[in-house]
Amino acid sequence: MAERTLRGKTAIAGIGETIYYRHGKSPDSEFKLALQAVVKACEDAGISPSEVDGFASYGGDRSDAGRLASALGIKELKFSNMFWGGGGGGVCGAVGNAAAAVATGMADCVVAFRSLAQGQYARYGRGAPVASVGGDDAFLAPYGLMSPAQRFAMKVTRFMHDHGIGQNALRAISLACYHHAQKNPNAVMQGRPLDAAAYDASRWIIEPFFHLYDCCQENDGAAAVIVVSAERARDLRHKPSYLLACGQGSDHRSAAPVHNMPNYPSSNFGTIAQRMYDMAQLGPSDMGIVQCYENFTGGVLMSLVEHGLVPAEQANDILVPENLYVEGGKMPLNTSGGNLAECYMHGLELVIESVRQIRGTAINQVKRNDAAIVIGGPMVTPVSSLILGSEATL
Amino acid sequence: MSSTYLPAGLPAPSSGPDGLAEPYWEATRQNRLRIQKCQGCGAWQWGPEWCCHECHSFDMAWEDIQGEGVIYSYERPHHPVHAALVGHGPYIIVLVELPAYGRVRMVGNLLGDPRQTVEIGAKVSAVFEPHDGYTLVQWKLG
Ligand SMILES: [Zn+2]
Repeated sequence: MAERTLRGKTAIAGIGETIYYRHGKSPDSEFKLALQAVVKACEDAGISPSEVDGFASYGGDRSDAGRLASALGIKELKFSNMFWGGGGGGVCGAVGNAAAAVATGMADCVVAFRSLAQGQYARYGRGAPVASVGGDDAFLAPYGLMSPAQRFAMKVTRFMHDHGIGQNALRAISLACYHHAQKNPNAVMQGRPLDAAAYDASRWIIEPFFHLYDCCQENDGAAAVIVVSAERARDLRHKPSYLLACGQGSDHRSAAPVHNMPNYPSSNFGTIAQRMYDMAQLGPSDMGIVQCYENFTGGVLMSLVEHGLVPAEQANDILVPENLYVEGGKMPLNTSGGNLAECYMHGLELVIESVRQIRGTAINQVKRNDAAIVIGGPMVTPVSSLILGSEATL
Repeated sequence: MSSTYLPAGLPAPSSGPDGLAEPYWEATRQNRLRIQKCQGCGAWQWGPEWCCHECHSFDMAWEDIQGEGVIYSYERPHHPVHAALVGHGPYIIVLVELPAYGRVRMVGNLLGDPRQTVEIGAKVSAVFEPHDGYTLVQWKLG
């Protein structure tokens, strides 16, 4: 039997993003944004949108694959796929699923995308105005536990307690994202720099570790990447970003009801990271490009630890702003601003930034740009992450 | 002074539409705390599920337990996430581990001063808080 791997079989050949807007400010509908992102990604790749033959998304995206295919005049839809779970847990999984479809010959040109116009639909940070709740929420909402921030805060509290990690580590993550956004004209927070004093003075969303600037924005926009075979990517106009590995899934009983998951203080990547590194045949120290999904900075901390990028016992020392800034930092983090300061595009903006870094065309370009790790939305379940590499990593 | 920890108007718990959790809510209305215990292997299970995660038996009984635990984690929300909480100020949510019952965990509020210092590992005991049509299990230190 042939070796079962995705390593090097496919590549991201095109990237597309709409203008990113503050929540509710998009003049265009969510579906129109999706179409714009797909068309831009095709233009970037030099492929006609009618040649696309598959769609992969996540987070319950409302832009239906069949409708997209019809609107774009796609000749033959061969693959349509939705990654289970909420938020950005599936961002890397969607890219991995697109790659799996291409690698196995189910389709030839698959778009992984996310579209989000939260002004048009309900926001995430509020409980639904309902009289009664069932299921897991019956044991949570009556106690005032309703928002994503509240669902995850107690994981972070316990993790910080277990490892003796302080607020400064979380502050450094937030400062790095805002720092990198200042040079990015498509970053929603460009022109709104953040310093340590402003972070410290920002209001509590949730004690003991969630200041305002530890929490992601809510935004409008869409983003898309084009996945094709490695052979085809070599013939297209850009330097290919090869998919070296994708890991997805969940830890043991990570969706156990009423916060009873055995590994509670966790980003939920504990069992996934090593599986992914094994497929990539690379390790954490090879990752010159690190893009890590911030729903909340505490989730970034746990994700970095569970991917072996930062040992928990050294987190207070490593997670300081100078180490995370592109200018001389040992581990430049979220170099376009990420969910916190570029756009809450549910992490697809992080995949796109990795591709720009590998091409060498990023605004905040890192020097060591052969291998990139993108870590998807933490603490939800299932979660996913991926590794991209240049030709040199094959 | 209000008789409930949080203001009125938050969503009420429902055991529907599948009725899986009804034995829990029926018991709390009588100031009793009970959780699932597998009749196949004896494992305690919380929250409720149709089968045992250890042995896959569907014979899940409900057994009364003592409401004694330790604080495993906590949070103090400030930002109101529901109209009923606007202007209320911070409150404390605790995740309580029950060492005597397979270390299952329960979520509730920690009664008392919402600005009190919370210690992970502190002992807590259950308090029944009646509402209109249902009873919540809350936690107090000691
Ligand atoms: Zn059993």
